[in-house]
Amino acid sequence: MGVGSEVSKVRDVPQGRGIGARLARKEDERFLHGRGRYIADLRFANLREVAFVRSPVAHARLTRVHVPEHLRASVFLASDLSDVSPIRAVSPLPGFFPTEQPPLVVDRIRQVGELVAMCVADTRAEAEDIAAQVRLDYEELPAVVDMLEAQQPGAAQVHDGMANNVYVRVAFEGDMADIAANAPVRVRRQVRTSRQVMSPIECRGFVAEWDTRTSQLVLHGATQFPHVVRNGLARVLGIPELQIRVISPDVGGGFGYKAILGAEEVCLSWLAMRCGHPVRWLEDRREQLVANANCREHAYDMTAYADAEGRLLGFEAECAVDTGAYSAYPFTSAIEASQVSAILPGPYHIPAYRCSTAAIATNKCPNLPYRGVARPGCCFAMEVMIDAVARTVGRTPEAVRYANLVRPEQMPYDNASDKHFDSGDYPALLRMALEAIDVEAVRARQAAGEPDGRRIGIGMAIFSEQTAHGMTADGTRRTLYEQAFARITPDGRLEVRVGIQTIGQGLETTLAQVACSYLGIDPDRVQVKLGDTELSPYSSGAWGSRGMVWVGGAVAAACDDLASRVMAIGAALLQTTPDQVTLAEGRVASAAGSVSLEDIARAYYLAPADLPPDIDHHGLEVTSGHAPACLTGIHTGSAHACVVAVDPQTGQVEILDYVVSEDAGVVVNPMVVDGQIIGGTAQGIGTALFEEMPFSPEGQPLATTLADYLLPGSAEVPNVRVLHMETPSPYTSFGQKGVGEGGAIGPGGAIANAVNDALAPLGVEMLKLPMTPRRIVEALAAARRGDAR
Amino acid sequence: MKPAVFDYARPGTLVEAARLLADTGAGAKAMAGSQSLGPMMNLRLARPGRVVDLTAIPALRAVTRRADALVIGACVTHADIEDGRVEDVTAGLLPHVAGRIAYRAVRNRGTLGGSLAHADPAADWLTALSLVGAVAELRSPRGGREVAVSELMVASFTTVLEPDEIIAAIRVPVAGAGARWGWTKLSSKVGEFAHGLAGVFADPGRGTFRAAIGALDTAPIVIDDAAPLFGGPFGERLDQRLDEAALDRRLDERDVVDDYVRAMARVALARAAAQASARQASAGEGERA
Repeated sequence: MGVGSEVSKVRDVPQGRGIGARLARKEDERFLHGRGRYIADLRFANLREVAFVRSPVAHARLTRVHVPEHLRASVFLASDLSDVSPIRAVSPLPGFFPTEQPPLVVDRIRQVGELVAMCVADTRAEAEDIAAQVRLDYEELPAVVDMLEAQQPGAAQVHDGMANNVYVRVAFEGDMADIAANAPVRVRRQVRTSRQVMSPIECRGFVAEWDTRTSQLVLHGATQFPHVVRNGLARVLGIPELQIRVISPDVGGGFGYKAILGAEEVCLSWLAMRCGHPVRWLEDRREQLVANANCREHAYDMTAYADAEGRLLGFEAECAVDTGAYSAYPFTSAIEASQVSAILPGPYHIPAYRCSTAAIATNKCPNLPYRGVARPGCCFAMEVMIDAVARTVGRTPEAVRYANLVRPEQMPYDNASDKHFDSGDYPALLRMALEAIDVEAVRARQAAGEPDGRRIGIGMAIFSEQTAHGMTADGTRRTLYEQAFARITPDGRLEVRVGIQTIGQGLETTLAQVACSYLGIDPDRVQVKLGDTELSPYSSGAWGSRGMVWVGGAVAAACDDLASRVMAIGAALLQTTPDQVTLAEGRVASAAGSVSLEDIARAYYLAPADLPPDIDHHGLEVTSGHAPACLTGIHTGSAHACVVAVDPQTGQVEILDYVVSEDAGVVVNPMVVDGQIIGGTAQGIGTALFEEMPFSPEGQPLATTLADYLLPGSAEVPNVRVLHMETPSPYTSFGQKGVGEGGAIGPGGAIANAVNDALAPLGVEMLKLPMTPRRIVEALAAARRGDAR
Repeated sequence: MKPAVFDYARPGTLVEAARLLADTGAGAKAMAGSQSLGPMMNLRLARPGRVVDLTAIPALRAVTRRADALVIGACVTHADIEDGRVEDVTAGLLPHVAGRIAYRAVRNRGTLGGSLAHADPAADWLTALSLVGAVAELRSPRGGREVAVSELMVASFTTVLEPDEIIAAIRVPVAGAGARWGWTKLSSKVGEFAHGLAGVFADPGRGTFRAAIGALDTAPIVIDDAAPLFGGPFGERLDQRLDEAALDRRLDERDVVDDYVRAMARVALARAAAQASARQASAGEGERA
């Protein structure tokens, strides 16, 4: 248990515009009119462009880089950047093998697309022309491509000295011997998820310049956490943080891809400190696909032990995460594997649990934390297992879930992996989703058969989402507090500055709604400023569904403090004492009368003679902080249910209906939460049915354009129906829970279970995502031939 | 992803375009809607020294109706056909096909001629125009010649076109009253390239019964007389008469070895056949394809 800051009750809300209001997003005024300002929209005098020479092979010893003599001044190599430290992201987990990623390859290439040289020119096209003239000599090494083969004796090594290509192994060691010997039902499955590519519409991009006035490196960039980029840059560049300012303009989608310190921005920053003009690198879609944005690839070998009714007695799993060539800053090469072991138990009561997950080094892009991080893979794996148990014991999937879900009367509940579920009603969430989807009607339709020969399936997935955690995997505290700065302006409006960045989640609106509830000020009179290290308190940024819990809590705390100050000044103006006034709807009122925030601000800043001389010297600006009272995560519950039609001839899957029930605690803006859930669900549909980055045996990424890497489009995403349940968390300032990642977690499991429900009579069970038409057709053909699974 | 340096020319006549393309030292390449060549140049997979933009040549945008055929200029776009700005002489088949090519933004710029010349095996027009027995009218500095669309492609991304030869127009026969067709495109998601593509076209007035299968990683299979494939003349329940052994022989001839591709060819053809059987001659849309 951590320490939560004290905040008083939520105040009156003007016209229902504070916490809980379905307010239109303030930022949409500019976004919907095409007036957002993204990194590529910014204009700089004397800007020059950077293109990188990238490795064409997955694994090699780089022996020489040939730069034509006339281009020497425009091309920079590792030898030029010798004063830059490698990027190091080290997990505190025991047994972790630390690795280093030099910003430019020194002598060893470990993935296709790794940076070898930086080329500068007036335009990107000319920079690419220069890059095309740089030739590399290298001796190819055998590439490590498959994570399971990578662990075998004799496999090539990605990093010298790393045993079996394992960065780290994270285990929960329950005693399974007795259960394994005696359980009436034993179900084993091996399942896999594919490598995906997180695909914000805006790729990464940075402009670096040296400000001679402030002696600062100014890095403008699309990032989810400007302060963390500053931490990392200061370390690798070896300069004080005071000499770095990171500014994030509008960000066109993050999803975790902009929660890293990339080698590109390190190189760019180094160059800007020396070259006397701003330099820009805008990642193109090919770089994003083949060189950078990889995520998600997991393998699970699971055994569930149950009684004859499907009640789980124990669960064990041997898992692997294809973690790629390097440890990404700051979340490390351990994050995904440690989350697999910690999150696999899901929302279930599992009496005995054993799980070991290895983070495996391969000659592929580093695995980056994509929306939900390990949760979508874990949910898919566990939910497929629950359905397999249900089929084995001959019960419905919902019956087996009801038999195993943690019940509301067990809350708070500490689960098999030591996660603390604070509140909620998981069985009710599942019931809510299944009623909305009308299970009985779907099963009747399924029994009747379809005139077009397609097969109907119903699927469900339920999970407990660990949100807003404040600890690293080894249980050390990652984040102390999150701060917010709040100031009443001289004209009586409110300025809120926070160090988190908004990446599409609507914080300019929702934090204003929190301020509204605590300060009684209309959200239209609040401006939330984000994304600039110079103008905001420190923040570890936008990740882990933490914004509303941590930063929302900080804004509540700051506004609560500010409310006391406002009331004190208001009381002075009303010639009474603070305990005799109330603050509501932007006014401080006493029995005798009231004054507005404008009156109070005007008196404080512009007419001090109206106030007594002993007024509180802290003034009308506050920085305050917050941490939730539980640091292992504020657990949110959600159930997904869907109906699919599978064409057994073509393998095509159509989603006919999709329902999400979600308990995000006290919801600040239901419309924003719906948007988060629907957007996440669209991404999860990609995980389930479309998205896959395949590799050749030599480690070449094969989906090099969006014609090969398929993302779900508007025609593939159904009308997702979102149902809310509100169980306030006892550990957060106003009962809120995290919600940003949830939508992406459920679809893999729900859709796989629906497809398997549809195809079970044909002897097919899909155990690998995505379930492409080809995979389904081939599985059906194998079942017809009687192949063993 | 910026193209390498190239010269750009936008001639106003076919003669001038052919002359620019014939200058072989320039490494010239014709460009129409730029929906395939453009991305390939951006990826530097194509590096022409000179791009000859054909879209300012009025003759290539012309559409001429003759008694027995409609002559469609090669730079007519997919959207022109989808939206009905070009008369339909195929009982609705070509507008149906056009509306299912990629995405609207691609259809607004992509052209018939460009698609044929690019010869992507998974693209729609080579298969669809072969199905209706269309003929490509080619021009070069040596004059003109005609090639059946079904003979245009020899392998993936390879055609019989000479480097200086331009597709000027596509001549589409006018279907008779009572023409029926079926068209099936199977793809992973709306707008993506097909992994199963087939059509059936029966025109009793002209006495033709044809079938075509595309998306085979090679040139489409075009069957001028589909009767043997369906065990007899066009009629009801055609799909149930599909002779799978005959189809297998056709696929074997093209060295199509991937079982999935073969299965999708079979499904697409059977579904196209079923549609053609069920369709009234006047119907033009509405089925799930």
